[in-house]
Amino acid sequence: MSALTNTLVGPSSSKVSRVVGIMAIIATVFMLLLALVWSPPEIDQADAVRLFYVHVPSAVIALYVAFTITLIGSIQYLRKRSVFWDLLAHASTEIGVLFCALVLVTGMLWGKPTWGVYWQWDPRLTSTTVTFVLYTGYLAIRRMDLDPAVRSKRAAILGIVSFANLIIVRYSVEWWRSIHQSATFGLDTQLDDLMLFTVFWAVVTFLLIFTWLLIHRFRLAWFEHQASTSSLDDAIAARRAERSHPPLAGESV
Amino acid sequence: MGRAGLLADAALIFKKDLRIERSSKVVTVQVLPFAVMTLILFGFGISPDARVLLGSEESRTVLAQVTPGLIFIAVLFSALLALGRSFGVESSDGTLDGLRLAGLDPAGIFLGKAAAVMVQLAMVSAVVTGGAFLLFSVDVGWSPSRAVLLVTTVGAATTGIAAAGTLYGALAAGLRVRDTLVPLLVIPVLAPVLLGAGQAADAALFGAVADGWPWVGALALFALVYVGVGILSFESLLEDA
Repeated sequence: MSALTNTLVGPSSSKVSRVVGIMAIIATVFMLLLALVWSPPEIDQADAVRLFYVHVPSAVIALYVAFTITLIGSIQYLRKRSVFWDLLAHASTEIGVLFCALVLVTGMLWGKPTWGVYWQWDPRLTSTTVTFVLYTGYLAIRRMDLDPAVRSKRAAILGIVSFANLIIVRYSVEWWRSIHQSATFGLDTQLDDLMLFTVFWAVVTFLLIFTWLLIHRFRLAWFEHQASTSSLDDAIAARRAERSHPPLAGESV
Repeated sequence: MGRAGLLADAALIFKKDLRIERSSKVVTVQVLPFAVMTLILFGFGISPDARVLLGSEESRTVLAQVTPGLIFIAVLFSALLALGRSFGVESSDGTLDGLRLAGLDPAGIFLGKAAAVMVQLAMVSAVVTGGAFLLFSVDVGWSPSRAVLLVTTVGAATTGIAAAGTLYGALAAGLRVRDTLVPLLVIPVLAPVLLGAGQAADAALFGAVADGWPWVGALALFALVYVGVGILSFESLLEDA
């Protein structure tokens, strides 16, 4: 496979991704200092408030950025049938699901010291869980052994309907909880200026990380696409090349 | 194709699916007993003797108290089977292609299949609701307004489940993993239906009837959205199923 890979693809990094990556590293260092050292503990929640600096940006990235890109990519794919939009939607959803998982984990970790239990039927947490499963379904469709064009089309439809559903789930869960519970605990937290700035900075940092991941994931998907659509001849040539230079003992083929 | 064509096609598919059901009786003798068994399992899982206090004197069994939710959980699980069946009959011999070759409007196919699933689910819901009242000894001070709310809730909920389910069933049609994929796709989508139907039915049985109607409105809106999405997207979904 290595010969084939080398002829078709390069590393999944590029000039842009390297710049974004370095910016993300610098921003992360600054974010860690802000979140862990410079910003003060909160009055009620003490150090638990620091989970906010991961939780809030993850939620912003997953629910507002990533799945919106999925929506746009899906719509554009159905309009233009271009591989670019299709792969962009795929890459974005995959990273979105990852950040969604991060929202749930940090939400539960924060819940233990704040609510006393890991899981409270908080509207946001509940609807995020449903959203998480919703987009896991999208990823499941992407893994199906289907004709690529059929798979892309179905995934695109799913990407659009899932976004509509995300909104429906969000409102219905909030309405459902509003009759049992007066307000969401903990979200009326008093944040001072430095804390607010830390949240803002964390969002910026996570955006950079997201962009970096998106570029890499997109390029990887692009290479996968290239490899799967490249002609059989390339594969045969690669096999022949392997035969004329047999792999060394112990080297994987 | 005009609107008359669409509805005529829908009626054709609707009758076809119900005719298949009448001769095969898969929903009647497999899905329906499954739904009843689910109710019995709820009884096993939740102790029938456990009670909740309603005031200082009154109490109700936990099973009766959670009946509104249990009814729709049973219906939801049965719906997964009914949907599997609905697309199972179309999976062999390229029948979906056949339907399109016959010149049927894809939107009509969607409406027909969704309507057939809806009728079957309404039947399942009726049995499940009756069974739950019987098995869980739900005592309700019946009034016409409560009954109307409950029936409307069941109607709106089953319409929503059938419409969204048919859409997602088509999405997974022709896949070897359809049986496991459809539940993964459909359950999060139908979560709002379970919420709304549970709340509305709770209002119909135990609460104030007026509290239930907004939820029925939400259920109707959900059904409308998914009927719309299904009509719009079914053509592209069928194209290469």
